[in-house]
Amino acid sequence: MLGRTANNVYWMARYVERAENLARLLASTYHMSLLPAASGNDAQQWEAPLQLVGDREDFITRLGEITPGNVLAYMVLDVENVSSIRSSIRLARENARATRPELTTEVWEGINQTYLELETMSYAKMVDQGFREFFDWVKERSHLFRGAIYGTMRRGDAFTFSRLGTFLERADNTARFLAVKWDMLSTGGRPMAAEDYYRWGALLRAFSAFKAYREVYSGIIEPRRVAELLVLRRDMPRSLFACTAEVNEILRHLRENAACTRLSGQINERLQRNRIDGILRSGLPRFLNGFIARNNELHGMIGQEFMLVL
Amino acid sequence: MKLGDAFDEMHGQDNGLRKAYRTYQEWLDATAHTRLLEKHQQADLIFRRLGITFSVYGSEEGVERLIPFDVIPRILDAEEWKTVGTGVCQRVRAINAFLDDIYHEQHILKAGRIPAELVLNNPGFRPEVLGLDLPRGVYVHIAGVDVVRVSAEDFYVLEDNARVPSGVSYMLENRETMMKLFPELFAQHSVAPVNHYPEVLLRTLRSVAPPGIIDPTVVVLTPGHFNSAYFEHAFLSMQMGVELVEGQDLFVEDDTMFMRTTSGPRRVDVIYRRIDDDYIDPLAFDPNSMLGVPGLLSVVRNGRVTLANAIGTGVADDKAIYCFVPDMIEFYLGEKPILKNVPTFRCAIADDCAYVVDHLDELVVKEVGGSGGYGMLVGPMSTNEQRSDFRQKILSDPDNFIAQPTLKLSTVPTLIDGHIAPRHVDLRPYVLTGETTQVVPGGLTRVALRDGSLVVNSSQGGGTKDTWVLEA
Repeated sequence: MLGRTANNVYWMARYVERAENLARLLASTYHMSLLPAASGNDAQQWEAPLQLVGDREDFITRLGEITPGNVLAYMVLDVENVSSIRSSIRLARENARATRPELTTEVWEGINQTYLELETMSYAKMVDQGFREFFDWVKERSHLFRGAIYGTMRRGDAFTFSRLGTFLERADNTARFLAVKWDMLSTGGRPMAAEDYYRWGALLRAFSAFKAYREVYSGIIEPRRVAELLVLRRDMPRSLFACTAEVNEILRHLRENAACTRLSGQINERLQRNRIDGILRSGLPRFLNGFIARNNELHGMIGQEFMLVL
Repeated sequence: MKLGDAFDEMHGQDNGLRKAYRTYQEWLDATAHTRLLEKHQQADLIFRRLGITFSVYGSEEGVERLIPFDVIPRILDAEEWKTVGTGVCQRVRAINAFLDDIYHEQHILKAGRIPAELVLNNPGFRPEVLGLDLPRGVYVHIAGVDVVRVSAEDFYVLEDNARVPSGVSYMLENRETMMKLFPELFAQHSVAPVNHYPEVLLRTLRSVAPPGIIDPTVVVLTPGHFNSAYFEHAFLSMQMGVELVEGQDLFVEDDTMFMRTTSGPRRVDVIYRRIDDDYIDPLAFDPNSMLGVPGLLSVVRNGRVTLANAIGTGVADDKAIYCFVPDMIEFYLGEKPILKNVPTFRCAIADDCAYVVDHLDELVVKEVGGSGGYGMLVGPMSTNEQRSDFRQKILSDPDNFIAQPTLKLSTVPTLIDGHIAPRHVDLRPYVLTGETTQVVPGGLTRVALRDGSLVVNSSQGGGTKDTWVLEA
């Protein structure tokens, strides 16, 4: 496959994954903001998405105050925010269009349909149909996208590079999401109160991990275990370990001896060796920030290895 | 011009139903009008979902529009098609012979059948490929000949489009869509299939690979996804199962063309290019082009890669050279032209020019190198102001203009604002030349949607129809 095409397919998958994860974060934030006890730190809640993917200064200049409505407008539909859901879907579709011949009809039409529907979406419409329904719709479209790839694409380069994009982006998003939320939800040593359980529960739900938590730990929610589940568990599809294992497997399949394959092996191995208590002792956000940097370095090396255009 | 004057392909001149449309009319009578309207809307949705859009030059950047699709087919019977099909193939055979001649011995110029300066000073003439022998001697592998009809028997060719004709994806998608929307109509008519076009195209391209290549690698070269015809480039590469490349994906090394793939360089043998000559090689032509491949021309010259269409075909598609295609047919093929040429006044000739500026209200005036319906004047539909504007333009640069009598293009019933009304159409069959010259039955019917308009180009508000050729 052409290096440029590999790059398009890879970014197409990254942008769809990014849109889904942003929808997850916003849905979770929205859900938490409905809790009665949340009023005290409402502004802080809504700052999380901005910290994660937005440009705070740009936001303040153009939209002013950090209110739920403003943040939602900025994060979902604002085309000037390059990280908004609409921008991500536009970019995903643009990349898909640039590599249209590599995609099956199902994959292309799916993403084109998502794009077309989102283009007709307005803030008023979103309020009218309900935010929750809207975020569910984004998630569903992303599921459909991955399902169409998995169910219809030949196991060739286009398939492989799109999977690579999905898992690399997901690893990054999980790490960022968790890094921002960790301190925000921390009780700072005071015992967990009722609303804390709600908040940590909402966090788990944002990763579709609430049920899994119950199955694995069969106990009350403890932040330490939430971290273990989302960072180190190999059987959790959105955990750092699972994502990096997928990335490593794909790269080994593509080119066993490449520098990027070695780095991805190291990243995954590091997660394998670590225990959650050790990570928490030196600070989870610090650990996650280190991970994000290495994951990004890996992205650069993948580009050099396979996608160099000129 | 009054629409009533034009030949209607469904009802003829005398309002009787013509043979090719009999079964369709029965179906139409038996079908609720609302159903037709619903199908019309469905078609719109299908095209949007497929992403069959084009970008309009000069409008807001990135705006994607649908070319309006009309659900009423344009139907030709086997006999009518025989005239058109053999006629366009004849022209393309002659044009290929002409190009091979003018880039080699130039017999036709020596024989004085075409003024030499008209060819040699033509901007489409490329001295860079003089003396170059091409596989099978083919220059125009893909042509889209624009044919119009003025009566039951009379077909005229307007242009031969021998550079990079577009629109064939609409021919294919229109048929797909019609088959989805009206399966019962296809059960009632035996419509000659067009779906094998990509297959024939691929065979054509493979057949002109450089000598000695057993299993040639074919690619489609596109200017990129911001180009107005990008959808078609993607569509054709997908249908043929070949890579869609941009200039930046190709490079020249050791006198060989390569593409950059994830597993290293891969050799390319045949390039179906959708980029004009001017932009194809910044070292040989426009140095500012970002679209082409530096060094491409030298690989072509050494016969190590084949371009389809070849460099230098623009000279055959020039509106002044057009006048001589009937001469080419007689000179090279020794045949009588099957399709008519529209009588053409070349403003470069003083007498012609004088006549043209005096009769602007009757004529269609075109720039010799123009395309896409830009820069033309349709006399009978023009305002005084437009005419005086054109008079100025012609007088200041007569060589750049030709003029033709305004043809009463035939009409076909078309769905307009919920009602069926006659609209003018043309037809572009796609002619492929490799081992042989052949044409897929039908082509793209373009329809001028505005009442009375004769301009069918999509950039000027034209739409398209599925074109049915009934098997005998």
